[in-house]
Amino acid sequence: MNSSTLINGLFIFMLAGFIGFEVIRRVSPLLHTPLMSLTNALDAIAVVGAIVLVGEHKSTLSAVLGTLAVIAATSNIVGGFLITDRMLKMFKSSRPAAKS
Amino acid sequence: MSEFAGNQVVIEVIYLVASALFILSLKWMSSPTTARHGVWAGELGMLLAIAGTLLHHGIVDYQWIAVALVLGTVIGVPLGRVQMTAVPQRTALSHAFGALCVTLVGTAEFYLRSPDISRFMMSVLSMEVILGSLTFTGSLMAAGKLQEILPQRPLTYKGQNFVNFLLLAIAVVLAVYLVLHPEARQLYPFMLVIALAFGVLLVIPIGGADMPTVISLLNAYAGLSAAAMGFVLNNKLLIVAGALDGSSGLILSVIMSKAMNRSFTNVLFGAFGQVQVSAAAGQEAKPVRSATAEEAAAILSAANKVVVVPGYGMAVAQAQHKVRELYDALSKRGVDVRFAIHPVAGRMPGHMNVLLAEADIPYDRLMDMEDINGDFPQTDVALVIGANDVTNPAARTDSSSPIYGMPILDVDKAHTVMVIKRGMSPGFAGIDNPLYYLDNTLMLFGDAKAFVGSIVRELTGGGHS
Repeated sequence: MNSSTLINGLFIFMLAGFIGFEVIRRVSPLLHTPLMSLTNALDAIAVVGAIVLVGEHKSTLSAVLGTLAVIAATSNIVGGFLITDRMLKMFKSSRPAAKS
Repeated sequence: MSEFAGNQVVIEVIYLVASALFILSLKWMSSPTTARHGVWAGELGMLLAIAGTLLHHGIVDYQWIAVALVLGTVIGVPLGRVQMTAVPQRTALSHAFGALCVTLVGTAEFYLRSPDISRFMMSVLSMEVILGSLTFTGSLMAAGKLQEILPQRPLTYKGQNFVNFLLLAIAVVLAVYLVLHPEARQLYPFMLVIALAFGVLLVIPIGGADMPTVISLLNAYAGLSAAAMGFVLNNKLLIVAGALDGSSGLILSVIMSKAMNRSFTNVLFGAFGQVQVSAAAGQEAKPVRSATAEEAAAILSAANKVVVVPGYGMAVAQAQHKVRELYDALSKRGVDVRFAIHPVAGRMPGHMNVLLAEADIPYDRLMDMEDINGDFPQTDVALVIGANDVTNPAARTDSSSPIYGMPILDVDKAHTVMVIKRGMSPGFAGIDNPLYYLDNTLMLFGDAKAFVGSIVRELTGGGHS
């Protein structure tokens, strides 16, 4: 990694951090639990790193660790999205217009 | 961009789209009316990213990827179908899984690359692995406490903070040594094991009432470790997702720490385990007034405005569905019923809202602390169900109280306060609650679910009359 890739990465991190801060600040406390399970599922995007590790099969160790990592992350993706949607389905307004 | 293979450009573009979808996903979470779109955007982004990654030119072995994806799904589906009361421990467990993934990938990368690894790369890799492994074991401990496999009471011993700091310091020193001498591969396992042990010790002294802060903080750590992994793999999508998750966890930690009147640095360095040993040894038996379900029902049906204050006790007693029946019965009589939710009520941020929504209580009846506190003086009845410290007026008035300064729900300002409680034992923090001895307070002794049930029976005329 050369220094320009590093600086690029830091720029992305900084900007994404600010966006995250501004966007999440607006989330109603009502939805803090589903917010946490959603960010958890999104965070499991780490699976892409693990997939490459397994697929490239550079060493037995890396393939084994990668496989375990893919399992762990996939369970977060599937479980996280599933429970977030289940929770959000339960939030209903008393106003009849909100019926869908 | 000429060094990119054709596939690589496609993958980068897909990652760009996925990043945008992730941001939109969180943006749509701002309101319950759009929140489900947020989940769909997140799912689409995830699918695109995984599909794009499979195009990676270096991938030669698809078999194990498929096996792992299937196994992960098999584990993930039941984790997505747990009871709503089990959501806090499920969340802690998923922080653990996320951190496990990051730690495993970091470890694999270390052994693939060392000793040929630049100082910067080794620095972020150590950060990834140390944060990941302490989050992994810390979250497992939190999940164990929430599931009550482990004792919920804080476990403390003398010099605890010293031991914890020493462990963390050793892990950091090892990391620094590895940065300078990446060929010293034999040191890596020690760094890993020490960080894992640190995670265990970090969460051991923390009691159940502090769980909302701890879970938020572990969330932030999990996000930061994923962002560090993004630097290691030079994967911009991962940096974005990690930064989003990290800032989410950080914001929630700040909200939780403010709601418990703890400073942010206090939270950041994990020193939230200070057990507040109560000075309430000299408790004399002060008189309290108690009431029966019949009397409580009569007072409630005569009221115009009722505010229900739920706490962890409601979750433990699984009383949310009975509370919904009470809400229905009172609403039918024209009583205005709302719910006052303290930010740290329950075991994770937003815990009470999810339980009440599960019981079909409309979300526009659920009020945040700031929105409802001014209304208590005009409230006829404040009904406290399984909440204790968040209603303790000593936090406002008694500077010697361990929770002095913590923002509370001002239920004592309501005309009548009714508290459903099993007995007179103090709350989790071991602090006596002067609310119970006020002239306008009625104690309703019993199990939350059973007691609310008998009030409902009185109200709906099913009782003896």
